[in-house]
Amino acid sequence: MARIKSKNDSPLVPMPSDSFIPQRDLGKTPVLEAKHLGIDFGGLTAVDDFNLTIGRTEIAGLIGPNGAGKTTVFNLLTKVYQPTRGTIMVDGYDTKGMSTVQVNKLGVARTFQNIRLFNNLSVEDNVKLGMHNQIKYGMAEGILRLPSYWKQERIAHERALELLSIFDMDGMAEAKAGSLPYGAQRRLEIVRALGTNPSLLLLDEPAAGMNPSETAELMENIIKIRDTFQIAIMLIEHDMNLVMGICEGICVLNFGKVIAKGTPDEIQSNPVVIEAYLGKKKEA
Amino acid sequence: MKLKSRKLKKTTVIDFATYIGVVLAFIIMNTLKNQGMLTRSLTGQLIPICCYIVMAVSLNLTVGILGELSLGHAGFMSVGAFSGVVAAMSLQTVIPSEPLRLAIALVVGAIFAAIAGTLVGIPVLRLRGDYLAIVTLAFGEIIKELINCLIIGVDETGLHIVFNATGTKSVNDLGLSEAGRVLIKGAQGATGTQTIASFTAGFILIMISLVVILNLVRSRSGRAIMALRDNRIAAESVGINVTKYKLMAFVTSAALAGAAGALYGLNFSNLVATKFDFNTSILVLVFVVLGGLGNIWGSIIAATVLTILPEALRGFDDYRMLIYAIVLILVMLATNNPQMKTLFAKLIPVRRGEKVNG
Amino acid sequence: MEFLSYLISGISLGSVYAIIALGYTMVYGIAKMLNFAHGDVIMVGGYISLLSMTSLGLPWWLAVILAMVVCTVLGVVIEGLAYKPLRAAPSLAVLITAIGVSYFLQNAALLLWGASPKAYTPIIAGSVKLFEGQLSISYVSMLTVFMCIVIMIALTLFTGKTRMGKAMRACSEDKSAAQLMGINVNRTISMTFAIGSALAAIAGVLLCSSYTSLMPTTGSMPGIKAFTAAVFGGIGSIPGALLGGVLLGIIESLAKAYISTQLANSIVFAVLIITLLVRPAGLLGKYVPEKV
Repeated sequence: MARIKSKNDSPLVPMPSDSFIPQRDLGKTPVLEAKHLGIDFGGLTAVDDFNLTIGRTEIAGLIGPNGAGKTTVFNLLTKVYQPTRGTIMVDGYDTKGMSTVQVNKLGVARTFQNIRLFNNLSVEDNVKLGMHNQIKYGMAEGILRLPSYWKQERIAHERALELLSIFDMDGMAEAKAGSLPYGAQRRLEIVRALGTNPSLLLLDEPAAGMNPSETAELMENIIKIRDTFQIAIMLIEHDMNLVMGICEGICVLNFGKVIAKGTPDEIQSNPVVIEAYLGKKKEA
Repeated sequence: MKLKSRKLKKTTVIDFATYIGVVLAFIIMNTLKNQGMLTRSLTGQLIPICCYIVMAVSLNLTVGILGELSLGHAGFMSVGAFSGVVAAMSLQTVIPSEPLRLAIALVVGAIFAAIAGTLVGIPVLRLRGDYLAIVTLAFGEIIKELINCLIIGVDETGLHIVFNATGTKSVNDLGLSEAGRVLIKGAQGATGTQTIASFTAGFILIMISLVVILNLVRSRSGRAIMALRDNRIAAESVGINVTKYKLMAFVTSAALAGAAGALYGLNFSNLVATKFDFNTSILVLVFVVLGGLGNIWGSIIAATVLTILPEALRGFDDYRMLIYAIVLILVMLATNNPQMKTLFAKLIPVRRGEKVNG
Repeated sequence: MEFLSYLISGISLGSVYAIIALGYTMVYGIAKMLNFAHGDVIMVGGYISLLSMTSLGLPWWLAVILAMVVCTVLGVVIEGLAYKPLRAAPSLAVLITAIGVSYFLQNAALLLWGASPKAYTPIIAGSVKLFEGQLSISYVSMLTVFMCIVIMIALTLFTGKTRMGKAMRACSEDKSAAQLMGINVNRTISMTFAIGSALAAIAGVLLCSSYTSLMPTTGSMPGIKAFTAAVFGGIGSIPGALLGGVLLGIIESLAKAYISTQLANSIVFAVLIITLLVRPAGLLGKYVPEKV
């Protein structure tokens, strides 16, 4: 399978836990370290003993059959759910007891499987909302329209257009987010997440509903985002061309448990993974 | 960059049209009033209309812009009305200037309503949808009953307040001196209030409310509030503090309602707390919904028309409230039923007002 | 003994709230709307029963049946004319329409029957004296509690066992899935309104029998209280409506007797608020967090 070349490509190296990160990220605090992470819903274990380390500029993939618990992992990492067990370290900080908002301020941003845009607001406002915590003026300054309001809003406006231009969307800044076509909505969610100035970007099925040429473009853009912003990206995706094409490390989840980790080549030849996806061959 | 200038124009044009519309309406009405060309009942309605416009515009902040249903807005109006009346009446000798006293009363009303809004908002804004609606309704009723139990008087030593929870206390329990005056007599409400409210003050209050709300909506905080309305979970994911912005919208809305209440209270020499019951909250909600959620312009028009309408229907006498009810139902059906909508669109080609959506 | 008598009057009042709350809760469960006009249907039920007893001279049981029939028809007509066209509309639009209907009913009653309160003769007079006359329980309160229990059992059986009842539960879970299963959603909703309004008529008769007076706004406060009761117990839940209604009645009655007459409603509402803060879906309601 063809891999999209990125200037940051480097081999994976083992970490103290059973994880791997790219060699170039060694010596820097990993952006994410999840240890023995688990959550139960009313006695039912949705995710158990999830361990993962992500390097500072790594593109990681999280794959697995439907219902494996992939989105639940994202919800745990962003504290939509508080984990029942285990720890999540972001940038070396323990996120125990933190809320979604606090984890976001630490540098974790995400997109959603079922798109969640601010549908009645303009594209530009959606991006500006991503930049909410970078825009520094308060309620009174906004109401009184003090000079800081004009200055900060101008900076925000320019920055928003700049971010939108990654996906060539600066021309539709005026449009209502809810009126965009599906693919553009997915891209806008990524831009909005980038607006929060993250160090780890979580993409939940970014290519869902896209045609092959849109997907190819998305792959290039994901690499471009990583290279430009020097951030880590973790994505959930069912499109194996995308996953195998751009991810450096891949983690496979089944029934809430990690069943395999490794490079795309290792994962593709792993019998356990093949079994999870295709089912066990009947013993004759 | 061409786009940018067009955008600035589009939103500012709507805002400025609103301001200019209100200024023009004020100038016209004020001239007509001074020329004596208005009917007595319409002149008497001018200040209440201003109050209801501010009520509608401020409730629109909670219901249209924040997206949370509140059925207790009149409660905040009530808090503002009675605190404003007490402030204005007790300062009667200290501050002889009526406009200044009125301004202070409005500020006091706004502050007390904001405090009430904070006390109500912190616990209840965690609830969602219809549950929030019923709890705000409950708070409105509680505020009404609490004010019904208040007996307040003033003399040279300051304010005297008695809380008459058991119905056994009376004005005599205030312990006022000879020079003292009773301001609020429990269930009989505020009596003998000096009516210092003016149409000009009402106009200024409307303008202030518009500046606060329109500028808020176009600022960082206002965006965050609208983001909560559109998608709370996404808003949290980009680091927006849900409680902070919900409370900001709710308290701002309560404060403006308080100022409106103070103006209303100082327009009548007698005022009872039951005036601000559930039905008043509903009335204001009707203005907001008919005017269009998030549509500030619409709230102003709806508040004005629907305050005048029952008066205008006076010719129909006993039937006027019945007609009002039928009109209300028909308008809701006409604006929300798909078939009726297309039918009406064919009959009256009206361009819908622009919503405040940034 | 005094306490017992307040408790009994509270249970009796609460039973009326519970019957009204049942109507609210069923309609809310299925149509997801706050039917603010429900309280005014109660008032109509009161007037119809009163007029058929005084003007037509009918026996009380026939008057009750007549009131139920009129209210049922009224409920179905309101639903068909005002709510059905708004099935796809935002919930606020439906809420305002319901408020419009409430205004309409109140003002129509005002025109038809006048603003002044009318005396209402309780359908059953007299009371039982216990403990050498220290405790007296009126037949009306006994009848109210009895009716409430009967209605509860009947409704539980109806929603649990019958075809229509099951259709109702299906519609309240998921309307489109119910439709796919061949359930006539519109007819089911009409049926719910019919049952709710018939209950409102019974509640109207019982309420007026214990208050012994009737005017066009009679229904609005009990309506709001009953709605509070429905939310308190967990809206959409039939046992919740009973529990919420009876508890609310008891709290109101005891608060009036022992704390403050002026603040009785406030105390009731404060209890509701505190309950919702601790249990956001009410006492027996299920809290379903939003799925991400």
